[in-house]
Amino acid sequence: MTNHLIGQGGMTRRGILKSGAAFTAAGLILPAGMAMAQAEPVRGGTLRIGFNSGSTVDNYDPGVWDTNFVQVFAQARHNYLTEIAADGSLVGEVAESWEASPDATTWTLTIRQGITFHSGGTVTADDVIASINYHRGPDSTSAAKPIVDPIVEITSDGPNTVIVTLNGGNADFPFLMSDYHLPIMPAREGTIDPTSSDGCGPYQVDDFEPGISATLSRHSGYWKTDRAHFDGLLLLAIPDPVARQNALLTGEVDVINQLDLTTVSLMDRNPSIRVISVTGNQHFCFPMDTRAGPFNDNNVRLALKHALDRQEMVDKILDGYGTVGNDNPIGPTQKYYADDLPVNSYDPDKAKFYLNEAGLTSLDVSLWVAEAGFTGATDSGSLYAERAAAADINITVERAPNDGYWSNVWMAKPWAASYWGGRATCDWMFSTAYASGAPWNESYWENERFNTLLLQGRSELDEAIRGEVYHEMQTIVSKEGGTVIPMFASFVMGVSNAVATPDVVGANWDLDGFRCVERWWFA
Amino acid sequence: MTEIWRMISQRLLLGVLTLFIISVVIFGATELLPGDLARELLGQSATPETLAALREQLGLNESAPVRYWNWLTGVMQGDFGMSMATKMPISELVGTRLGNTLFLAFYAAALAVPFSLLLGVLAALWRNSIFDRASNALALTAISFPEFFVAYILILWLSQSGLFPSMVRITDTTSMGERLYMAFLPALTLTLVVTAHMMRMTRAAIINLLASPYIEMARLKGMSPMRVVLRHAVPNALSPIINVVALNLAYLITGVVVVEVVFVYPGLGQLMIDAVSNRDIAVVQAIALIFAAAYVLLNLLADVLSTITNPRLMHRK
Repeated sequence: MTNHLIGQGGMTRRGILKSGAAFTAAGLILPAGMAMAQAEPVRGGTLRIGFNSGSTVDNYDPGVWDTNFVQVFAQARHNYLTEIAADGSLVGEVAESWEASPDATTWTLTIRQGITFHSGGTVTADDVIASINYHRGPDSTSAAKPIVDPIVEITSDGPNTVIVTLNGGNADFPFLMSDYHLPIMPAREGTIDPTSSDGCGPYQVDDFEPGISATLSRHSGYWKTDRAHFDGLLLLAIPDPVARQNALLTGEVDVINQLDLTTVSLMDRNPSIRVISVTGNQHFCFPMDTRAGPFNDNNVRLALKHALDRQEMVDKILDGYGTVGNDNPIGPTQKYYADDLPVNSYDPDKAKFYLNEAGLTSLDVSLWVAEAGFTGATDSGSLYAERAAAADINITVERAPNDGYWSNVWMAKPWAASYWGGRATCDWMFSTAYASGAPWNESYWENERFNTLLLQGRSELDEAIRGEVYHEMQTIVSKEGGTVIPMFASFVMGVSNAVATPDVVGANWDLDGFRCVERWWFA
Repeated sequence: MTEIWRMISQRLLLGVLTLFIISVVIFGATELLPGDLARELLGQSATPETLAALREQLGLNESAPVRYWNWLTGVMQGDFGMSMATKMPISELVGTRLGNTLFLAFYAAALAVPFSLLLGVLAALWRNSIFDRASNALALTAISFPEFFVAYILILWLSQSGLFPSMVRITDTTSMGERLYMAFLPALTLTLVVTAHMMRMTRAAIINLLASPYIEMARLKGMSPMRVVLRHAVPNALSPIINVVALNLAYLITGVVVVEVVFVYPGLGQLMIDAVSNRDIAVVQAIALIFAAAYVLLNLLADVLSTITNPRLMHRK
């Protein structure tokens, strides 16, 4: 299958960028005969998207967004300081440019002039400050709080300059500002109104029924001239996978996300639609609690890492729509991806060897799984147990209910299924889920060298040195980390042939990095 | 007539008591579920700090009895309160959904009730004929399939060919005609699912009566079979038929969750699933009470109607 190319061919992101065609072949699965060349984008039409999520609790408060529906809805209404382009690079949005002090602790951002909110006013430094401050402070309930916590001070210097001081250097700070929780909203008395839909993005909200639908129309004063090609949007919540696929097949919607992988080959046969599959940073994993036995012994962790057939999981669980993971959370399309790491392959003898090193002849462990952890987690668990048996590792698969999975099982049981949508930079991913003391360090992993390197890499502005630092970190996490990462799952979408997409579809999030509403058009 | 009024008021009081007990049970059940609203709202991204802050904001730190009492006193004053998860008044949240659910229920009932009564009467009339056997077999086949399967088959036949839409999208501006057109497939699915029950009850009740002496008398007088059934048998068979129709109506209001999901129909069932998974207790309570009230009221209606249609009960000595 073509999309294994990135993972196995060991292409670097740089290599991919050099040849856009290679990326398209690797990142997209297009039916044979599909014209690859796209005409110039044209304006018009209403794009209708069916989402796998959408709930009555969906709202305009940027601190709580966590499903595809609200994430795309947010990108449709809002602009952010920065944007991660489809090729993974960072481009300015509300921030026209930025500059760091040599130690990367102070950042000066220049705010683009002439951006208007749907309600009228222009975007100024005050709006930016209010939008960021909303997530800071002890009373904040925002999910983005850990991202903005390092900000010590944020001030303006005139209407178009914002100066941010961090408690330590962070070369990736502009990347962090692209986080979907951090839209620029109009300031009202020093803060933003989390119940208002007002933003400076491409579309304004006409109607929003949480859990059902949202309708938007194009913001006439939108500043980007080469983006946002639709006259309007209709976002629909269709959680049932069969209903969602029916909606696409019967022409009720133009785009759906999260195709059911068990039937995707049947969908692909339909001539009026095409399947888009993009391999990004989204990965499925099994974090172990490394504070207690048996997982506090790295030999046990290594034994478990060699006791599963990763390729088989990609083939059977993802139906080929993904790539093999190497216990390294950094995706193959990322800038500092280490493509030369030794692979933790399926090898029962090696697993037995590591068990012996740990002073064990066999191992009995329980693995907690639920479909809430990731789709296919229960089957993955059974497959894992089946393969591990050959290495005298007896895995008992404990099925947990989806309800309350994230509170009662994840990070509470010693070994459980989990997933990450992925983060755009190494530092972001590592400091979210692998750094010592991070609230979501799901394996409770403490590695001194790793944590030192993390701080070093964060404040380093020299790209070559950063590359070395992140290479070593990926080596450490792959060989000593507490998380088994068997696979990177592609984002698989169904698109009507009436919809045209750019040659490169963003891989950082689902639906072209949540930006399909702005980047796609009707052919 | 006073008998009837006494019965109605008695039953209504009992109904209120039932609703109270149900609200306690539902509240207790949702308390038993793992996780709480704050946890569900923040999901995987929760940290202890943000959780504590959100719990404080939502008033989740109060003990369960206190929260129940606050809710109950609100309901006593006719205020179902705010949905904690969506920060919208529950009356607003539930209102349109209830309208949609009732619309679908009555639409399906308008198709199913006349259809199944007619089938039932005809089947009784032509007992053991090909028609009787065929309609029985078909109705039983339809009820034996799970609802979602019936729905998918209908989508395959009637929707993928472009005759009817596979999903229902109702807005404020949707006209009645469009509504009826879009909701046809879900209504048809429900019709297929409930027909067998009503039809077979009708058939059985009438056949039961056809053996009684007064029917024989009517036949001996030389009446046509149709007249015998409609004039003499049906009025006496009304009581069981009314009961089974009421039961099915209640089912159409409360039990259509699966059909709502398949056709993406924005009804109460979907809202309730959503509220349960969000631990939005106030919304769960409100919907549970609506469902329970539907059962109580429809059962009451069935009893009143069967009393009225039965002179023996109306004029009890």
